[in-house]
Amino acid sequence: MIPLGHYLIVSAILFAIGTAGVFLRKNLITILLSIEIMLNAVNLTFVAFGRAQGNVDGQIITFFVMTVAAAEAAVGLAIVIGLFRHRESLNPDAFTSLKW
Amino acid sequence: MPETLLFSLFSGIAIVASALVIGQRNPMYSIMLLITSFGALSALYIQLDAPFVAMAQIIVYAGAIMVLFLFVVMLLNAPQEDGAEWDRAHPLRRPGVSRLGALLAGLLIVQLVWALMRATDASTAVNASGDVAAISSVRSVGRVLFTNYVFAFEATSILILVAMVGAVVLAARESGR
Amino acid sequence: MDQATLRFVIQLLIIGFTFFMLINASALLVLAERKIMGFMQQRYGPYLVGPHGLLQPLADIVKLLFKEELRPKAADKWLFTLAPIISVTAAFAAFAAVPWGAETTFFGLLDTPVKLGVADVNVAVLVVFAITSMGVYGIVLAGWSSNNKYSLLGGLRSSAQMISYELAYATALASVIMLAGSLSLREVVDAQDGFWFRVIPRWYLFLQPIGFIIYAIAGVAETNRAPFDFPEAEQELVGGYNTEYSSVRFALFPQAEYINMTTMSAVATDLYLGGWHGVPFLDRLGLGWMVFLVKVGVILFTYIWVRWTVPRYRYDQLMQFGWKWLFPAAVVNLIATAALILYFNA
Repeated sequence: MIPLGHYLIVSAILFAIGTAGVFLRKNLITILLSIEIMLNAVNLTFVAFGRAQGNVDGQIITFFVMTVAAAEAAVGLAIVIGLFRHRESLNPDAFTSLKW
Repeated sequence: MPETLLFSLFSGIAIVASALVIGQRNPMYSIMLLITSFGALSALYIQLDAPFVAMAQIIVYAGAIMVLFLFVVMLLNAPQEDGAEWDRAHPLRRPGVSRLGALLAGLLIVQLVWALMRATDASTAVNASGDVAAISSVRSVGRVLFTNYVFAFEATSILILVAMVGAVVLAARESGR
Repeated sequence: MDQATLRFVIQLLIIGFTFFMLINASALLVLAERKIMGFMQQRYGPYLVGPHGLLQPLADIVKLLFKEELRPKAADKWLFTLAPIISVTAAFAAFAAVPWGAETTFFGLLDTPVKLGVADVNVAVLVVFAITSMGVYGIVLAGWSSNNKYSLLGGLRSSAQMISYELAYATALASVIMLAGSLSLREVVDAQDGFWFRVIPRWYLFLQPIGFIIYAIAGVAETNRAPFDFPEAEQELVGGYNTEYSSVRFALFPQAEYINMTTMSAVATDLYLGGWHGVPFLDRLGLGWMVFLVKVGVILFTYIWVRWTVPRYRYDQLMQFGWKWLFPAAVVNLIATAALILYFNA
């Protein structure tokens, strides 16, 4: 029997890795990927809690998170494409000016 | 105990792959490693009696969202080196802001672990309660989704529509001007 | 040998048999394709190696195995090696969830019946769909890692094409799932047992003709076959994603393609053509899987027939067709099916 706490610890580590990625990396694509890691960590928590409670609500919230992740990826990547066209770079430091 | 073994195996894969995702210079490798991590997570979902979520995880995340990422990386043919030309240091070893980031991420881990230590029911077995057949069946998931959560479900359709329009507007070339 | 051991051995044998049949299918399909193409173009096709060219696949394999393995200097070492492996692994793994025969005791050998098929999963349709959608990575990575513009174009086309046609494909699947009320392929097949008016078999093909057509078209596009073979389009892209590949690595791509075709046909048989049902006499004997093989063979023949009959579309036509015709048709079909189910159940 695996205790609920183990799933939560895995999820916490994944979330921390995602956060670290957002803070540390200077590549828009990698930052978006890190956000996906964070969303997945949250999903794992939801499913684990739902299972521990013995109902399916955790799984359902996971579907909503997936929908949001898909929408976020679509819009985020569209923004990345737009920015790349302007600056030929994926480094967020290249987009510090408000107007060009 | 095979259950614990599988749990350790797949959570290990998920964590190591995720850690490597943020340690890669090449976004292509990051994407492939993230897919590995998603696969391992999907195995964890199966252990949690959620086969439908596990499959949705692979279909939606690995099969659609990551293909989108891959498509963009290929389309931009993005330079794999982030940072300036003179900066050849590994992305995670750059001084300055990185140290702050590492500090904050470390703090977050400490905080989360601390919170977990204080939780009272963290040591109860995760699959102790509930009817496994009901939880893992797609039928019961669908029933709850389309009754209790029907408003949220309809709202996500609008969210997707907005995202679709937004993506098209943002990514389309400005041909008018 | 006691029953438990016997059962275990038989289950292992079933898995081995499935694997063996899949490998054979890919070899046989190469030959069948060339033979049928020859027939359609009024020539013989391969006939020198063995009787009527039956050993031609073997000769092809030997030739490919002994060729030199080349890797372009500018290629990405890891992904270049990984790509064909992903392709072929996904192709084999997808078949694991496909049942190909009814429960049988092997003429009384076992006391409890065993299910024919590698694994019996209660979300089998989703498993097959998920694993087939992993196959796209093989092609996309092959295109990208070769560091060749034709390969890259092939990979880009493949990713866009597969995402577009997956939607229509999944929506067509959903209609059948609604009719059967189950995500398990075995239950879908068993729901198609029997006859209407003692003559027409209860196949979902007759309830979902539009769905079947959509499934077939999207399936051809998913497996990158002509007339949708844009990722490799010889006349436009040299060889597409596999331009830079040689030897065994190259051989894995066509093999994955043929196995994917087989999986697609097997799933179509399970979903629309009643799987192993249809001949009550063989069903009762527990030999329904022979019927299954025949049905899969017929679909595979159609696959090859279409390839050598219909010319390739243009890429924009493919996208137009996928998004403006196929997907809306699939959605309308889904809604109509749902409405009819509600009407007849009420």
